[in-house]
Amino acid sequence: MQLNNNVKTAGNSNPIQKGISRPKPNPKWGREEEGEIFAQNVKRFRQKKLSEDDFRRFRLQHGAYSSRLQMNYSMVRIKVPSGEISPEQLEKIASLSEAFSIGSAHVSTRQNIQLHWVQLEDVSEVMTGLVEAGLTTREACGNTVRNVMCSHFAGVCPDEKFDSTPYAKAIARFFIRNPMCQNLPRKFKINFACCSNHGLARIADIGLIPEIKDETRGFKIYLGGGLGAASFIGHLLEDFTPENKILPTCMATIRLFDRHGNRENMARNRMRYLVHEMGWEKFQKLVIKERSIVEMTTASYTTKLFNVKAEEEMTPLPKAANTKLVKLPMLNERVTLESPAYERWLHSNVVPQKQDGYFTVFVTLAAGDIAANQLRILADAIREFSTEGTARNTPQQNLAIRYIKSDDLHDFYNRIASIGLANPGALTIASAVGCSGTTSCNLAITNSHRLAKEVEYKFLELGLDTDDDLRDSTIKISGCPNSCGQHEIATIGFFGGASRIGTTMAPTYTMLFGGSAGEQSELGKAIMRVPAKRVIDTIRKIIEIYKQERSDSETLNQWINKIVRGDGTGKIRNIENMKAMLTPVIQLLPEEQDPELYRDYGNGVKFSAKTAKGECAA
Amino acid sequence: MTIENTSISKIDTKEDIIKIDENHNFQLPIICDVDTLRVLIKKEEVRVVDVRKTEEYKQEHIPSAVSLPLSQLLEKDTPYAIIDILQNLGVSDKMPVVIYDDTLGALAARVAWSFQYVGHENTALLEVTFTHWKNVGLETETKINSFPTKRHSLNINPRIHADASYVEVAKEQPNKILVDSRERLNFLTEHIPNAKNIPYTMLGSNGSILRRPEEIKRYVENRGIPLDAEVIAYCGSVGTLSGLTYFALKSAGMKNVRLYSKSFREWKSLGKPKEEFKDANYWDLSAD
Repeated sequence: MQLNNNVKTAGNSNPIQKGISRPKPNPKWGREEEGEIFAQNVKRFRQKKLSEDDFRRFRLQHGAYSSRLQMNYSMVRIKVPSGEISPEQLEKIASLSEAFSIGSAHVSTRQNIQLHWVQLEDVSEVMTGLVEAGLTTREACGNTVRNVMCSHFAGVCPDEKFDSTPYAKAIARFFIRNPMCQNLPRKFKINFACCSNHGLARIADIGLIPEIKDETRGFKIYLGGGLGAASFIGHLLEDFTPENKILPTCMATIRLFDRHGNRENMARNRMRYLVHEMGWEKFQKLVIKERSIVEMTTASYTTKLFNVKAEEEMTPLPKAANTKLVKLPMLNERVTLESPAYERWLHSNVVPQKQDGYFTVFVTLAAGDIAANQLRILADAIREFSTEGTARNTPQQNLAIRYIKSDDLHDFYNRIASIGLANPGALTIASAVGCSGTTSCNLAITNSHRLAKEVEYKFLELGLDTDDDLRDSTIKISGCPNSCGQHEIATIGFFGGASRIGTTMAPTYTMLFGGSAGEQSELGKAIMRVPAKRVIDTIRKIIEIYKQERSDSETLNQWINKIVRGDGTGKIRNIENMKAMLTPVIQLLPEEQDPELYRDYGNGVKFSAKTAKGECAA
Repeated sequence: MTIENTSISKIDTKEDIIKIDENHNFQLPIICDVDTLRVLIKKEEVRVVDVRKTEEYKQEHIPSAVSLPLSQLLEKDTPYAIIDILQNLGVSDKMPVVIYDDTLGALAARVAWSFQYVGHENTALLEVTFTHWKNVGLETETKINSFPTKRHSLNINPRIHADASYVEVAKEQPNKILVDSRERLNFLTEHIPNAKNIPYTMLGSNGSILRRPEEIKRYVENRGIPLDAEVIAYCGSVGTLSGLTYFALKSAGMKNVRLYSKSFREWKSLGKPKEEFKDANYWDLSAD
């Protein structure tokens, strides 16, 4: 392979030594007393001195969901504001997951890290442990401002106007524990992007994309987006919002939502419904008006609590590695199933940064799960190889390790390969997203989590990660219509349900086509129902049809979008043609003919579609 | 980390503190710290028992240690056989015995519990594993040690043991609490009815086989288990991990702890009732 010949390091002028990066300052998201208060309240709840409703609200505000049909266990959601997480934090999560959870951690689609099946009595221990590493679960659930997301490319993206990370962290710090958002009508999500291609700005209550106008920093702000049983794409508030208006805009939006949001109908109380019902123009005017009130009435003391400078990196990161000629590793080369594992990995897990000579490496996690021992070795590798010395978790449920020098890529690969973390396919169709589904969620109908893993295993086995025509396509799977798996922004998305055939129930998924993320985000269109055990066959069939039908260099993603628009050429012109082609694959035969279709993944027992009341809207 | 700070010279100050009476019967705590063991070894006032595999013992062990692989004890796990073992290791009734392994302290715990069960109360677990002992640079040797046979009396302590029929009654009694030491996913899958789960993974920390007593005590109290309750610990197979729980709970100040040494393996083979949880696919969350 050409890589080593094409990458030449400048040996004459002080090569940057790889070394152990210094520990980051403790970001202090957590507070010591919160663990103790939680422990006290669990006792009061057990002694019936605290009502179930009050306790639930308290518990959610502190980031602990009840586990599936088991009130005595919790999913503990660790907030990772902006997705930035240090090696010390990963190590802490490793120990806590071993001691109190199931020995592995789960990266969510909103950059949280979740510990499942923690005994309610031990949640306080987890919280206290997290505080030592500067982490918190505070307001990770409940009707508050949830984890503030930031594109994992922010700071290294070649197309970004500036690094939005410190803004994301400053917004997170301003709103956490802020009295103004402790009892909103419903949860509230803020997402920062890096550029118009990356990030999830259009599917959040507030989405922000960096922009520069007349040499002033600012953002394009989108409001009222979000995925769920009914999804909406956010609306652009104005062409440009200068940075001194970011805080007032966010405060105004939250205040309006707090005041006008629906507090009665739990199914329709996210801000996107308010925007939809009121109409965008009216809401937009209200925000602008409310913002001027906020600007006029907010004390400068309050305004100063939004401190972007304080969130900036203390030690400036290098602008370019000390290398002369750097060729993008493998990105422009073809790889095949027979290529050496390292080359296959380079091709699908490594991208260049705007800083010449540095690369961002993705660690492929099956549906976001990572074991404690893997976290520890990875933490060491980050310290040793990343100049930045941290990781970012991604909405694709992988981990991004940035600032790896081209010379170090192979060593880094070897290190993570030794613990089974060097699977290829992170940036391809193989890296399927799956929410926790029936593995732990009360609302789930199907085992979306295991299905996402099965898709990934199968696609890697088939080498679909090496097929560049599939590279920009995504598979995302939710276990119910509530979109935690973000199925509506996938090229091919799925959400779980149950189909009744006579007196029996079968696990099925509704398949959607043509969703996308980024500033041009579009929601997928529901196509048809597919039995759970036929999902993989169906995707393979779609790929097969695409290979026959596509024109020239069209990718799968482009082709599917064309079909959704009804612009297909040849045999498959539109969704109806596609459905007809897929019908034989998705057929739900009677149970006696194909009993497998009546069982979900990961479970020998008969499928029953059991759910309990969700706690999202407590 | 207290253990890393152990300086080799500290042993001299410790020597003055450790008072050994004229009968040579130093009374061990539940967990023996590294310094205390080193003083006792130096004064030849202790029997150190290595319960790792024979080959591992032969390669290297703590000075003066004798070898007793756990498998040897389990081969004939009867009170008389255990007394024989004690006698052959040259252990008399009151002699301090410190046991170690390289498996979280769980194998050592099972042997230590057996010794206590047949009446050798002065038995303690070493606070660290062999690997940790070595990693902090403490002395080891390769010499195979044996000692003249001693007489040991049999004095069974039935209050620390539980069998299946005892557990079957106890599981319904409010003042008796079953503690399952297995990992969370195994516990969720199936367990003895009414058992509470304290996975063995909660017990150790930072190289020490057990956390500080006040931490263990907090976990117990958080679970609503009164410190004066009777607890019966069990695990998956032969009482190793639950043996560690036994000593953890003792160290936390619980007086009334029993080990169901034949544990869940026997319980299942006897076809006794189980609580199962089948409404979630929690195994699919595991990244292992």
